[in-house]
Parts: sequence; structure tokens; C-alpha cells
Amino acid sequence: MRAADAIVKALEYEGVEHIFGIPGGAIIEVYDALYDSNIEHILTRHEQAAVHAADGYARATGKTGVAFATSGPGATNTVTGIATAYMDSSPLVVMTGQVPRSMIGNDAFQEADTTGITMPITKHNYLVTDEKELLKTVREAFHIASTGRPGPVLIDLPKDVTVADVEFNYPVEIELPGYKPKLKGHPKQIRKAAELIVKSERPIILAGGGVILSNACEELRKLAEAIPAFVVTTLMGKGSIPETHPLSLGFIGMHGSKYANYAVMDSDLIIAVGCRFSDRTTGKVSEFAPEAKIIHIDVDPAEIGKNVRVDVPIVGDAKLVLSELVKYVKYKQRKEWEEKVNSWREKYPLKYKQEGDVIKPQYVIEKIYELKPDAIVATEVGQNQMWAAQFFKVERARQFISSGGLGTMGFGFPAAMGAQVAFPDKTVVDIAGDGSFMMNIQELATCVDYGIPVKVCILNNMFLGMVRQWQELFYDERYSETCLRCKEMSFERIAKGFGAVGMTVEKPSEVEDALKEAFEIDAPVVIDFRVERLENVYPMVPAGASLREIIDEEY
Amino acid sequence: MIELKKVIAVLVENKPGVLARVSSLFRRRGFNIDSLAVGTTDREDVSRMTIVVRGDEKTVEQVIKQLNKLIEVIKVSDLSENSVSRILALIKVSATTENRGEIIEIANIFRARIVDVARDSLIIEITGDEEKINAFTNLMRQYGIKEFVRTGIISMARGSKVVEVR
Ligand SMILES: Cc1ncc(C[n+]2csc(CCOP(=O)(O)OP(=O)(O)O)c2C)c(N)n1
Ligand SMILES: [Mg+2]
Repeated sequence: MRAADAIVKALEYEGVEHIFGIPGGAIIEVYDALYDSNIEHILTRHEQAAVHAADGYARATGKTGVAFATSGPGATNTVTGIATAYMDSSPLVVMTGQVPRSMIGNDAFQEADTTGITMPITKHNYLVTDEKELLKTVREAFHIASTGRPGPVLIDLPKDVTVADVEFNYPVEIELPGYKPKLKGHPKQIRKAAELIVKSERPIILAGGGVILSNACEELRKLAEAIPAFVVTTLMGKGSIPETHPLSLGFIGMHGSKYANYAVMDSDLIIAVGCRFSDRTTGKVSEFAPEAKIIHIDVDPAEIGKNVRVDVPIVGDAKLVLSELVKYVKYKQRKEWEEKVNSWREKYPLKYKQEGDVIKPQYVIEKIYELKPDAIVATEVGQNQMWAAQFFKVERARQFISSGGLGTMGFGFPAAMGAQVAFPDKTVVDIAGDGSFMMNIQELATCVDYGIPVKVCILNNMFLGMVRQWQELFYDERYSETCLRCKEMSFERIAKGFGAVGMTVEKPSEVEDALKEAFEIDAPVVIDFRVERLENVYPMVPAGASLREIIDEEY
Repeated sequence: MIELKKVIAVLVENKPGVLARVSSLFRRRGFNIDSLAVGTTDREDVSRMTIVVRGDEKTVEQVIKQLNKLIEVIKVSDLSENSVSRILALIKVSATTENRGEIIEIANIFRARIVDVARDSLIIEITGDEEKINAFTNLMRQYGIKEFVRTGIISMARGSKVVEVR
């Protein structure tokens, strides 16, 4: 069988239903094989968007996302997408074309050292140099991408390999002597953790994206209720517990609420699950939760002790460990602590004021939440992302899709597109910034082409808003190259030019109706909300400061 | 912070690109390699690297953990304590008829071997641990070192402890 056909057949065996990509000379054989397959391929308009879409698809479903690109520029265009997935541990298999084996190293037309370039941003990558290794490679790639701590895996396919004749026997056995993720937590460590929990007077659970990746949300909630302990999350952990749950305090970190940050800082025990203590979450790490002992549960041993000192490390899969841990926990009322946290919650709510006739960006998000609390929400990066995180109460895992680790502008829209492909009947919203949306705006063509009815809500402040905010607060309002004002430009007309629906909304009173109308339309819609240009995201912990130094705006 | 020097043995699958992966990891994470030696083992499909790293305790711990994350890394062992370490060095030393005997005498004391003799130079082969190589090299300086090459450290635990693929 032609190797290209074997690849497509292997993908079918792996349960792949959708692929995002763009063809080219080096990968044309694989596309030829795809022509006869039932797998649906979505032709994006940029390879970066193909990878983001596959990533959004993976984040929304839990399945491994798949993206294709050709050699050289096709492959280099995937780099931002791969790095984004890598930072957020999203399972992807990316296949790239490569020049024929005999030409590798000759600087042939459209040759790039794809495996070299992507080495530090993939969980693993392969250059297939022997067609006999091909199917084994595909099997391994899917296995590695989706197990342990998930992540992107790239397979580089020299063109002559894809036309070689191979025997199809699949699935092939996996033989990876150096890859055996440890999933079961050490019983002794689990008991030690339980002891700390029982003793603790001010316990708090810190849930990261790993809870969602390991489908451990139910176990997490049960543990929280059994202790009982308040739950804070990282940005990536949003959805690991319903944010309407009485024990949920929302997310912590640079733009987390005051009460969530105070609660972590005052705790005497942090039960951290599937998180990596990034600087955006911990603030100044040497002053992070000074009185707290830390239990750290993670499937990746390298994360434990990397950024903070840990008292009880537990290497293992969150779901397995939590379901064990809960057995040893005894319910204990901690009245004083509960009252303290609840009084903070009352005293320092997340707030903004919608007054006058200019739309506040937060207001748009609150309205989206009111109308479609069940929507899948993707965000871009910047102020829009932080307001979305603050004001959209996420109910379940895989509902909130955002580039946390890399902070990639241009991620949200194609990621929303990928999520919508997975769930054609759900409402999928991209909460966008005007700057970020422009970075993958070409995907409007894909959405129109395939009838992918993503709703893009641009919080248009005509600024690279988050950078402008830093300039306002820390650089004497010297707005160096952050103004995006362009009088003649209209996102509404751009959307219409692509054949999508476009709207412009300028008054607070029109926000709700516009959203209602958009949610009724079974087609891609772009709403350009002209919002208050100088609105800032508060509260805020200045970069490098302790979480205690959180600042708020006076109203 | 106390700087440590650790000798780490890494068993890896003998595949193209493994060395690049390991060195890329060290570069990206800012780890310092003091010395690196690679070769296949008695098994054709397994290579062994001996890496000497410098850093504080936390850094060294991260080095080991990050190495373990590489798919093609089968096993990582710390051989800093209670192990035998060897370096092989070749030194081309200036030698005249007057001092040749003296040089050979010193070489003998160090159990080094003369592997090449020319009119005005000698090549000396010496094996040993870092200290011995350094001591010998310093003694040779007075005669004039024309060329120097050494391998990275290779190491093996003493006693019954074995670094092997399980
Ligand atoms: C690809 C990329 N380039 C630059 C940045 C730096 N950056 C972070 S937020 C931001 C501004 C984003 O502007 P916009 O999308 O309009 O969002 P806003 O903050 O205004 O809501 C920039 C430039 C980034 N995160 N990603
Ligand atoms: Mg903006």
C-alpha cells in the first residue's frame, strides 16, 4: 500500500474525525490519500490557525487534535501553534511534509529543519527516515500526545517516504522503554497528605489545567466538599470546579480577585493539583503563601519543586490520586476561616460600573454570560482575556479555552473554530481584542466556507489594551506604539467582505439585542463592540510583586 | 547557593537526534555541561552518556528530571558518589634530547604511555580521573605543550550497583 494511504488509514484507526491544515508539494501525497477518506479536513487559511484550531478542538473534546502542513514555510507557520499547545499541555499530532530524503540537508526548495526547530516546543518529534517505521511512529505519536502529561507531537514526513510501498498492519505494538508515565500516587505520600489536610485550619485547593486534562473535576469537587476547602484555580484550571459552587473562589494571580488571592496568601495548606506555579499565578514566588505547607499532585515529576518548595510531593494522575486521597479525609468545620474568606468575598467583589453612554467591556461579557451561560468561550490575549476570565462564570471543564502559558494573540478565534467543529450545535464565542483578532482574521473565510458559526465578540478599544494599561500604570502614560485607532476601518465591513455577518455596536443599550440577534444566526458573526478605550483590568498584581500587593481601582 | 558538580549517567535509545535533544535541553534550560561523553553500550540499541553538570541542588535535580522526560532517555543515574571516573588524554609535548628521559620518567610515575616519538616531541597517553590528568598536565607545561586533547569523563559505580536497562 502507498505509505500516504497507510497514514490516512492509521489516522482512521486512531479515531481521527477532523484534520485542520493546508496542503503543499511535500505533503501532496497524503492529501491525495485523504481525498478518499471519511475524515473531514478543514482547509484553514493559515497553518498557525490550523494548529490553533486543532488545539481548540482538543481542548473542547479531550481528544487529540490533528493538523497538517507542508514543508518549509508551511511547517514554520505551525511553530506558534505548537508552542501554544506545548505550554498548555494540549494533545496534538502535527504532520508536516518534508523534502525527499536524498535532498535533506541540501537547502532544497522549501526545506526547513522542522524537527530541529520544533524540538524544544514538542513533547516529542519524529523525522521518518525509514518507511518501515512509519506506522509505528504514528501509533507512538498518538500515544505520547495523549498520555501522561499531554502535549504536541510532530511527525515530519519526507515526500519519498509518503510514496513508498508499506505493509499495513495496525495497530502496532508500542515499545517505548523510556516512556512510562507514573499514574498511581504513592500510598504513603497520599496518607501523609491526608494527615496534613486533617490538621490544617486554613486549607485551600489550587486547581490547574491538569485537573481538566485528567478528567478529575468530579474527584476534585468531592475532595473540596469532604474537607471542606475553598477552591481557587489557575487561569488554565477554570472549569475544574463550577465557578458558581459555594466553595469556588475563582482564579488567582495577576488579575484574580482580591479575595481569592488573599485566601491563598493566608492559607496554612495548599493542595495544588495539576498546576505548575507559573509566575502569573504566584506573583513574587519567594513571598507566595508564606505560612502554607504545600501538597503538590502532578503527573509530571519535573513540575514538582520546580518553582515552589513542596512539603508533600505526589507524582501521579490527578484523577487517581484525588480519588484515593478523599478516602482518608475527615470532614472538619473551620468556622473562623470560612467566615474570614467569605467576608473578603463580600468586601472585595470583582466590579466595574456601567454608566454613561459608552460600553464597558465587562458589561459585554456579563451579557454574554447572562444570555448563554452554557456557551464554549474562547478568548484572545490581553485585557479581553482577563475580563472574560473574571466575568464569565465557567460551569464545566473544557468550556473555557484560552492561551495561558504562551499568551498567544490570535489563538482564540481559530481555537473557537476548532471547538465549533467538534460541537456544531453549541454556541461558541470568541471574546476578542481588536489587536488579537487581526492576527488570524483570515479564518473568517474558513468559517464562511464550512459554515462554522463562531460568534466573535470584539471588545474594540482600538488599543493593544493590556500593553497600554502597563504603559499607563508603569510608564507615565507614554503610549508607545499601542494605539490601533484607524478611522476608516470597520470590522463589520471586513466581516461582510468575507461573507460573514458583521455588526457594530456603540451604545450600552444595544448590547443585549445585538447579542441576542447574533446567537440566533446560524452563521459566523462578528460584533464590533466599541468599548471604553481607557478601561483597565483590576484588580492587578504588578509583575514581580507579591499577591498581597494587589491593587484595585477606587470607585 | 552551593554549587555542586554531579556526574550523571544517561542510558538512551541509540537513535539519530538523541544527542541533539539532550544538548538542546541543556541549552534551553540554562544548564551547564562541564563534560560529555557518548558511546554505544554492549547493546547496539542503547547508548550511554556520561554528563558532568554544575549547579546548585535544585538545578541538578531539574537536570535529572528533565532528562527523564525525554522519550528516548531510558534511565538516568547519579554517579557522583562512590564511583570510578576516567578520562583519557593525549598530550603532545616538546621534547629535546636533553629532557626526553626526564619526561618519560614522569610519564612512568603517572603510568602514562608514550605512544609516539618524534625528533622534537612526544605524544603521551594518560588515563585517570580529573585530578590526575590535571596534575600531569601541569607538570608537562614546563616542557611546552604543543597540543592537548581529552575525552569527557566516563563513570561507573563501584560495587554491585549497575546502571542498566530494566
Ligand atoms: C502574538 C503576540 N504578540 C504580542 C503580544 C503582547 N501582547 C499581550 S496583550 C497585547 C495587546 C492585545 O491587544 P488586543 O487584542 O486588542 O486586546 P486588549 O488588551 O486590547 O483587550 C499584546 C500586544 C502577545 N501576547 N502575543
Ligand atoms: Mg484592544
